[in-house]
Amino acid sequence: MKPKQMTKPSPFTPHMLESIRKVEATRGVRLQNEPRRLSADEKRVLLDEFHPDYGDKGFSKIEIGPNAGEKAPKELTALLHSKSRISGLDLDLNKIDFDTDVLIIGGGGAGASAAIEAKQAGSDVLIVTKLRMGDSNSMMAEGGIQASDKDNDSPMQHYLDAMGGGHYYNKPELLKHLVMQGAEAIRWLESLGVMFDKHQDGTMMTFPGGGLSRKRLHACADYTGAEITRVLKDEVSNLGIKIVDYTAAVELILDKDGNAAGAVLMNMLTGEYLIARAKTVIIATGGAGRMHYHGFPTTNHYGATADGLVMAYRAGCNLLYQDTIQYHPTGTAYPVQLFGALVTEKVRAVGAMLINVEGEAFVHPLETRDVAASAIIRECHSHKLGVDIPGGAGVWLDTPMIEIIHGEGKIASALPGMLRMFMNYGIDMRQTPVLVYPTFHYQNGGVEIEASGNTSRIHNLFIAGEAAGGIHGRNRLLGNSMLDVIVFGRLAGQSAAKAAKTAKIGSLTLNHVKEYESQIAAAKLDTGDISPILLPKYTRDVNFGKFQ
Amino acid sequence: MQEMANVYFDGKHYQVPSDLTIMTAMEYAGYQLVRGCGCRHGFCGACGAIYRIKGENKPHFALACQTKVEEGMYVATLPFFPLAHRDYDMEEIKPTEQVMMEIFPEIFACVGCNSCTKSCSRGLNVMQYIAYAKRGDYAKCAETSFDCVACGICSARCPANISHTLVGLLARRLTGKYILPPAGHTAQRAADIAEGKFDAAMTKLMAKSKEEMKELYDNRDFEK
Repeated sequence: MKPKQMTKPSPFTPHMLESIRKVEATRGVRLQNEPRRLSADEKRVLLDEFHPDYGDKGFSKIEIGPNAGEKAPKELTALLHSKSRISGLDLDLNKIDFDTDVLIIGGGGAGASAAIEAKQAGSDVLIVTKLRMGDSNSMMAEGGIQASDKDNDSPMQHYLDAMGGGHYYNKPELLKHLVMQGAEAIRWLESLGVMFDKHQDGTMMTFPGGGLSRKRLHACADYTGAEITRVLKDEVSNLGIKIVDYTAAVELILDKDGNAAGAVLMNMLTGEYLIARAKTVIIATGGAGRMHYHGFPTTNHYGATADGLVMAYRAGCNLLYQDTIQYHPTGTAYPVQLFGALVTEKVRAVGAMLINVEGEAFVHPLETRDVAASAIIRECHSHKLGVDIPGGAGVWLDTPMIEIIHGEGKIASALPGMLRMFMNYGIDMRQTPVLVYPTFHYQNGGVEIEASGNTSRIHNLFIAGEAAGGIHGRNRLLGNSMLDVIVFGRLAGQSAAKAAKTAKIGSLTLNHVKEYESQIAAAKLDTGDISPILLPKYTRDVNFGKFQ
Repeated sequence: MQEMANVYFDGKHYQVPSDLTIMTAMEYAGYQLVRGCGCRHGFCGACGAIYRIKGENKPHFALACQTKVEEGMYVATLPFFPLAHRDYDMEEIKPTEQVMMEIFPEIFACVGCNSCTKSCSRGLNVMQYIAYAKRGDYAKCAETSFDCVACGICSARCPANISHTLVGLLARRLTGKYILPPAGHTAQRAADIAEGKFDAAMTKLMAKSKEEMKELYDNRDFEK
């Protein structure tokens, strides 16, 4: 990859340039000295004091529904306390626009994996996605996908890393399925034509990562998620699976027995409502980054607004670990145009250290994400050793170390997406470090699932991908999300297809939506808003101040 | 006072802060985007844009989320381009010289105008990867097209009606499946797990108490 060479003036401020000189001055010594890993006690103290999950600020109590009394980010609570988009509309559920065996809501990696499996199991499959097929956080996963397929590694080692990383809250059966299906997931993707980084003899190149005791991360340069998702999307097309794009699901439809039986859809471009009836439903709607919990910027896709959580919750499903959010330690802090954009963990995996304004390495670069993010927050706000950026602070990610360790050209070959992203703004990460600060990356929890990807409370409803909760406990490791998307996407597709074979759909109802709204009214919670919001509002209020 | 730029979206004039991207400038102008906005970080290709600077002749091609506004910028967005997807079965096709000719015969109508390369929002050598596809060098085509985000601008400019991004995708899938050497150790591990070779050890690990698990975790060795 040869990015366009541009001759632009330095984008850094004098303060930043002065700090860069300090980073350069310590680089030689740092290359010889790996920073110490924190002890379990040190980690606990750091998290307690600096990780947003561990305080009460920014959280509020869910007042109704299965998780009543528990805390959630206040933006999520507001969604759960808001009215339905179809509130007061008397939709005729007999006018069915789509009738299918398996309805999949969401067109990212999990939705696509589920669709392929359900189709191959003989089901009639319909995918609805509120933007385009493939538009998802899966597409943006840069770093890689975990699987224990090397001799020095095992599913047990993978299990241990993920269980400790998740602070022992992972549901054991789910985590077992994840790690036991790792090698199979990679094999499946390879058979579909995903181009993994390999050695000459076909051995997978595997990389280290935060909290990983083995080099277990498989990658496709730094386009891992994009490469996987575009292949899956192509396969979905090749299999002739019906895709309805620019069409959001706004509520689940149940049947008179309380089983999932479809969804109310809405054309995002025209506002037209459509009714989809299905024998089984898979929610694969992804995450919530665009809700900007605690005011953080996000690495997430435009459509990451927790839709699936809201719909499933209204229908009676419970959430699990909805109060735990993953802040990726290295979101871009500068320039402003890239604020919050992901700098993949692979950058640290191949050698870049986290450095403060004085040129000191203040944390081991491969601590788990929650620990590394907390260390950055502490460095900036408590130690006051961050680098000033407009509107805040950041720390350096010392990328030139990568080329010194691995030789010239390593960044262009291993991190072409990152190189291109910064080069666009005149920053050559081969020559200068880049500025980072934690960014909202992932919802660790979601709708609680059981061993076959099902929910315990509603029959014929399955959840896959980031919308599901339980696999990762209270903190996910890098590369386990792409794996989860594939493994639990496939599982949900298989389970939904199997259930569809015997499912009998009773008459359709939206009574659960009405009942939920009466709870909102009874508790006097109404926020005045509707949910799911489907898209964030970044539009300036052009009429602000124009009314008397 | 914030520095402002004069820009034109679909020909209509707006004044916007000059440090915004085309995408955020549209939102500043009052657009609620539905089409033409995806990952917002340059990976998904939803926000292809074509612009010309007032007084200049040459059009520029970019991703709206990755490009700062400039004074006098006339912008048209390209949220969708009707590419010609062809269905194929990866188990049936093989990386032969003919396969590309059978699935995407239009690539042989390439007139070598280089409009695709000149219009690539990612700066890729698109015409070169089409040339590799034509001569059956799929590994090279895959490598050269790897950073493609499928914005579709090249296809909008192509006089030979080629769906370049789909050609690159097919070449990459052929490369990933057939040309790169297979990862024998991955298939072997998957088979071993399926045969139950790890079941006993996994059951044993899962039976450990939280305290025992912590002990194991805190003292585990790291691969250097």
